[in-house]
Amino acid sequence: MTDLGTTTEIPTVTSNVATIENALTGAAGLIASNVACWFGAKKVLEGVSLDMAPGQVTALIGPSGCGKSTFLRTLNRMHELVPGATLGGEILINGVDIYRGAIPVTDVRRRIGMVFQKPNPFPAMTVAENVVSGLKLSGMKVSKSEREELIESCLTKAGLWNEVKNRLGDPGRALSGGQQQRLCIARSLAVSPQVLLMDEPCSALDPTSTRRIEQTISEISESVTIVIVTHNMQQAQRVSDRCAFFLAAENEPGRIIEEGLTKDIFTNPRDSRTEDYVNGRFG
Amino acid sequence: MALALRRNRKAANVDRRDGAPTDEKIRIKSVESIDVTVLIGSAISAFALVQLLYETFLPLSGALGFIVVWYVFFLTISWIAVRELRGTVRAKDHLARVLVWTGASLAIVPLVLIVLYVIGKGYQALRPQFFTEDQRYVGALSDSTEGGGAHAIIGTIQQVGIASLIAVPLGITTAVYLNEVKGRLARPLRTVVDAMSAVPSIVAGLFIYAAWILALGNQQTGLAGSLALSVLFLPTVTRTAEVVLRLVPGGLREASLALGGTEWRTTSRVVLPTSRSGLVTAVILGVARVIGETAPLILTVGGAFILNWNPLSGKQDSLPFFVFRLIRFPQESQIARAWTGALVLMILVLVLFVIARAIGGRGPDHIGRLKKWRLQRKGLA
Amino acid sequence: MNEVDGARVTPVVHRSKVDRAYRAVATMSGTTVFLVMALIGGFLLYRGIDALRISGWGFITESQWAPDMGGAFGIAAVLPYTISIALVALFLAVPISVATALFITEYAPRRLRRFLTATIDLLAAVPSLIYGLWGLFYLQPRLITLSKWLADNLGFIPFFEVNEDFGTSLGVFPSSTFVAGVIVSLMVIPICTSVMREVFGQAPPGEREGAMALGGTRWGVVRDVVLPFGRGGIIGGSMLGLGRALGETIAVTLIISPSFDAKWSILEQGSNSIAALIALKFSESTETGISALMAAGLALFVITLLVNTAASSVVNRSRSGSATEI
Repeated sequence: MTDLGTTTEIPTVTSNVATIENALTGAAGLIASNVACWFGAKKVLEGVSLDMAPGQVTALIGPSGCGKSTFLRTLNRMHELVPGATLGGEILINGVDIYRGAIPVTDVRRRIGMVFQKPNPFPAMTVAENVVSGLKLSGMKVSKSEREELIESCLTKAGLWNEVKNRLGDPGRALSGGQQQRLCIARSLAVSPQVLLMDEPCSALDPTSTRRIEQTISEISESVTIVIVTHNMQQAQRVSDRCAFFLAAENEPGRIIEEGLTKDIFTNPRDSRTEDYVNGRFG
Repeated sequence: MALALRRNRKAANVDRRDGAPTDEKIRIKSVESIDVTVLIGSAISAFALVQLLYETFLPLSGALGFIVVWYVFFLTISWIAVRELRGTVRAKDHLARVLVWTGASLAIVPLVLIVLYVIGKGYQALRPQFFTEDQRYVGALSDSTEGGGAHAIIGTIQQVGIASLIAVPLGITTAVYLNEVKGRLARPLRTVVDAMSAVPSIVAGLFIYAAWILALGNQQTGLAGSLALSVLFLPTVTRTAEVVLRLVPGGLREASLALGGTEWRTTSRVVLPTSRSGLVTAVILGVARVIGETAPLILTVGGAFILNWNPLSGKQDSLPFFVFRLIRFPQESQIARAWTGALVLMILVLVLFVIARAIGGRGPDHIGRLKKWRLQRKGLA
Repeated sequence: MNEVDGARVTPVVHRSKVDRAYRAVATMSGTTVFLVMALIGGFLLYRGIDALRISGWGFITESQWAPDMGGAFGIAAVLPYTISIALVALFLAVPISVATALFITEYAPRRLRRFLTATIDLLAAVPSLIYGLWGLFYLQPRLITLSKWLADNLGFIPFFEVNEDFGTSLGVFPSSTFVAGVIVSLMVIPICTSVMREVFGQAPPGEREGAMALGGTRWGVVRDVVLPFGRGGIIGGSMLGLGRALGETIAVTLIISPSFDAKWSILEQGSNSIAALIALKFSESTETGISALMAAGLALFVITLLVNTAASSVVNRSRSGSATEI
């Protein structure tokens, strides 16, 4: 990892190669400072600062349209893929700025993985191929035996191994909705991410699959930092260590109103708006 | 309607009185027997009426006229019958139904007629030597079974082959540019491609004739023909490939990028494999269309009676051009050969069409035997 | 709070060598295609204008075609013939296509739908040469009896009038606009049907169910839901068919006997089309002749382009929207 390519600016936070190397293994912490997002001229997020500590589960909650998903997408540099989308502020992974080029963007996305709301297994690949597709796509090479081990371990972590171990040759889309989403989780885990972002992963699923996925979250959270956007407050309470409550007033960009330990947010919120939301008075 | 339901209930033998649940299902008939009776009755009475009046009272003669008048009478009689039985609304519905069935038959029946006719005419000279011999020994008095169309078939294969070699890679890569890379040139390029797909086939031939042959001083060759075909093939491939690529859901690209994939790997390992069957179908259908193109070849290929293996020099023949030329000869034998050529052409198009549909019917999830074997070796299946 | 602030970050993106090569190849391909097509258009324009310089405005007013002998040439006969063949074709094709499309989406048994769609696609794939041959040998002899009947009985309509000098023996009727139009209609039907079928198939099921729940018959649903929804498809599909009919070469060349006197009668022998003109005249043409043919070809190209563009925009703007690809 000594060749960093040509950069247009010197990374402001740290240019020490050793530090960067250390930053890039194991569950990582993400720090967002004063993040703002625009789609064209419309500002949709403002002043978002959040510390997502390593090995913890942070939930982003709030009513629809407040910019939670937009913020999530800035964390793995997916936001910039939308034409006309821009952002401001700083996002650090273990102290290294992900936007200034110290880490190549494909690497950023490998280390900060994402599971989407709608399961999207690759249709032209079998279940087994889907699991290791991330390796091929990010250019990681493994031997055949390593590959088989990886398939089994990732599917086990995602709680899917027993159900598909005899169906590894089926096309990815042959599984049920809940199984497909767990396949996507296994797929994300196969590239050894340091952070896993989850954008309402259970919203399209039945309760059994939801329960299984929540179980997976608690099982992997020590080795992978998790940031999860959820509409389901009970889910946020079940899985997360910390919560951030997003809200956007009419015609205003979204902001974090309050953040802190999950139990504090839900039992003893400081802001009245937070209290109204967690008690179901709106949203 | 009530009649039908009553009858069905009896048939289903459902005992409603004790309320026991039953697995017997009600059979719903889409056509009721009384409607069928009306149709048949009207047809028969119309026929009888026409028999009576035809030629004596009406200024018509011949089979076509008979059928037309019978049809008109049938419409009128059945309209009146349905209106009496069920009212005007149902009568209009009935009339619409008959007209729609008629229209669809008029569209589809010609296909059957054409296929049968071409088979009938072309069968006579269809011998194996049609595929192996050319016309170098064929004279004005030769029988239709002498000689063959091998020179035309080879010509077509070479010309379409070269055109495909030019148009398909270029077209698919351009479609990738338009839909995946989305560079700055994309919008004007798309406009130009759409415009070019409106080029009449004869104008494509005229362009190659004037630019390649006259202006640049080349001869009429198989290559010239394939260039003319490419002018038609390229916009078609580009447009259909772009449509196929666009059908790949954006979520798949996102998933690939989110795993750390580069743009190239996303395109080559996710987008293209997912759209593979669609692309193959598009190409095969394009080839099927191009094979039958006659107009551009008239100006560029020259036509020949002997086999010319070299598409780069000397005139070549081509199956459609072969048919087009020979059909105007006075000799019966040449005409028979032309029909055989037409039959071969039609069979080629049909076979390609069937293959395209078979492949197109498989989704991206289809995993063929070869692929499965490869995957199993890698431990991925 | 929606003004554009400063302090934006420009994300640094390094593309790997492979990615840059990939983009370069794709861009080169796109550029090549663009240049080639622009070249074609440019060449046609260049040569065509050469001819127009010679003929001047006469190109539009002159009926004869004699560029090689220094004579005048113009499309004043050829273009009207081209259009009349296309109109005859459309007159027959549009109602049949609407009926067929309705049949496939509304009246045919569900299980047959794929088969019928495949049949229509097959009809579209059959080479126009085959249609032309069948039309010439099988259909024309049968059509001329129909032509005669039309001339004898409906001859008061100017289209069906036949010049009295010719009388009405059967020999007057082959190789006419009418025969060519009927055969071209066979080729146009599959194209129109495909577009209309796609559009009709997208008629909102909610509206269909609404009509049926009111006690409507099948025709009621068609009349009140499917046809209004599919209006854009009907118009767009017809225009696409028009474009196809205008450019049809081989079938027309086989059928017609070329005439350079535009006339109203469609039943009489003698017709033409720009495409057939090019096909028949190119081999005997000198430089000037070729340029003149190019000018005619360019005219045909421009007309077809306009018709196709209008067709796409009509379909895109209709209720079925851009979900339908033309």
